[in-house]
Amino acid sequence: MSAVAAPLPALSPTGLALRRLLRNGTAVASGAVVLGVALLAVLAPWIAPQDPTDADLFRRLCAPAWHGETVEPGFWLGCDSLGRDILSRLIHGARVSLSVAALVVGIAAVIGTLAGLAAGYLRGWTDILVSRLVDTLLGFPYLVFAIGLMAMMGPGLHNIVLALVLKEWIFTCRVVRGETLAAREQDYVEAARALGCSPRHIMLREILPNVLSPVLVVATFRMAYVIIMEASLSFLGLGVQPPTPSWGSMVSDGRDFLVDAWWVSTLPGLCILALVLSINLASQGLRDAFDPRLHQSS
Amino acid sequence: MREPLLRVRNLRTVFPTRRGPLAAADGVDFDIAAGEALGVVGESGSGKSVTFLSVLGLVRPPGRIEAGEIELDGQDLRTLPPAALRSLRGRTVALAMQDALSALNPSLAIGTQVTETLRAHAIPVDPRTEAVRLLTRVGIPDAARRLGDYPHQFSGGMRQRAMIAIALAARPRLLVADEPTTALDVTIRAQVLDLLDELRAESGLAVAMITHDLAVVAERCPRVMVMYAGQVVESGPTAEVIAHPRHPYTRGLTESLPSLDDPDRVLHPIPGQVPDLAALDAGCRFRNRCVMAVAGCAQPVPLLPAGEGRLSRCIRAAEVTP
Repeated sequence: MSAVAAPLPALSPTGLALRRLLRNGTAVASGAVVLGVALLAVLAPWIAPQDPTDADLFRRLCAPAWHGETVEPGFWLGCDSLGRDILSRLIHGARVSLSVAALVVGIAAVIGTLAGLAAGYLRGWTDILVSRLVDTLLGFPYLVFAIGLMAMMGPGLHNIVLALVLKEWIFTCRVVRGETLAAREQDYVEAARALGCSPRHIMLREILPNVLSPVLVVATFRMAYVIIMEASLSFLGLGVQPPTPSWGSMVSDGRDFLVDAWWVSTLPGLCILALVLSINLASQGLRDAFDPRLHQSS
Repeated sequence: MREPLLRVRNLRTVFPTRRGPLAAADGVDFDIAAGEALGVVGESGSGKSVTFLSVLGLVRPPGRIEAGEIELDGQDLRTLPPAALRSLRGRTVALAMQDALSALNPSLAIGTQVTETLRAHAIPVDPRTEAVRLLTRVGIPDAARRLGDYPHQFSGGMRQRAMIAIALAARPRLLVADEPTTALDVTIRAQVLDLLDELRAESGLAVAMITHDLAVVAERCPRVMVMYAGQVVESGPTAEVIAHPRHPYTRGLTESLPSLDDPDRVLHPIPGQVPDLAALDAGCRFRNRCVMAVAGCAQPVPLLPAGEGRLSRCIRAAEVTP
């Protein structure tokens, strides 16, 4: 270090990690894709060229613009079996995918973090209770669990969120519990106790800031999975109900026309693929930026 | 003598092990008066830290305080409910830890951490002004601009001083400093120790300085307590204890240290090793390493007066040094 070092801007460990993240090209590019989709979803009513629910059987299964024949002007990506504009349905479908993913991951992260903090710091009965609940939920196959709950509660956006949150919080909880177990043995926690801080104060003000970065990494990883889960449930008809478009139900709509009109199923499928891939790449970048074990090599 | 601020009698703190209970502190007695600095000396595992963790009620389960009295400011800490004990921690007795880097929270700004104690005890002050005052008090230059810094942006000496500022935030009356200067270089060490001296003189802060550095104790603590294998083996005025030890272990310690007055003096390390704390008999714990050991040393040895405010746990105390 030079003798007259320029005053470094005050950066928290999280701030430093974010700076590393911004130097990672793949992560930035895939993050941009995710943000782009989010922007489309937010602005859907204004930028969608057509009404996504406007059916017209004269446009039934008309082809995308580059196809040459049976093309309807103004319907760039063709129409589905009811003659609804696929591009507009894709743009509106992004709303469902992203809002379900954001809600589920957000709620699950809060619940999981609080439960994990309590289990890891308080130990004893709290830990036994939380950990056994987590183990039990972990024992159910995810899709079976979700289908079962949806069958009981009935389809719909709220119920999807509820069903997925009920399973999803355990992934955050397990990570936070582990991180908390490590943190509670640290000197700074002992120091806080020696200064008379209450358990709640220690959990929320001392330990929580130190487990936030793994929570962030887990949340982004899980977001990709939740999007697939929502698409799967919608594909099975348990998700968002017609006429609201969702990528999963659009794939399902087109499965009878795969030979004659491949675009009806394939285009929403590609959207799911692109979004999930981007989220995974972005979260991998996040993990690399936040994982302290990789710091030395970079 | 005045009523002591902290009075510990017959403290016994036990940790269960596979080979049976291990008394890390066994029959520890001592007092600390307001404004006093007590040096607590002993090698690793002698029970120094455990004794003071017991005082703070911070012994980690399954370790527990098995017996003894701990009276702080007239209150019996062993019978105090956990919430009351918690409100004493930080306000009446505070702990400054050995390793400042790991004792500071890496994810919180220094300014926030300095005022955490005030927040935890709901002491109504303006956090920013108070943080600047405290950091300036411990000699952090330009404190107002450093409030937003994180621990990794502070140097070792600054971290140590910031930690002392944190410990002192709620104006405790007793500061337990666990090896406060071990990791510091000589100039910074002097600064930190000067700061503690000033605070003692100004506000009557009592300091328990846990260390294995006899030189620091000789310089800064009027009174010293030497611990060995979970027991106090000797205590008294520091100058007296170092010049004329009344316990063979203390003599061993002083003889194993180099001296500037007599640089050619031959150093004598203490032979042997600390006994296994889980397999002790009732006799003197130092006798397996002691050149003066006699048959009578196998009998229990109490802490006995050994002249002018001194105590020694040796049946041949008078013969240790002339």
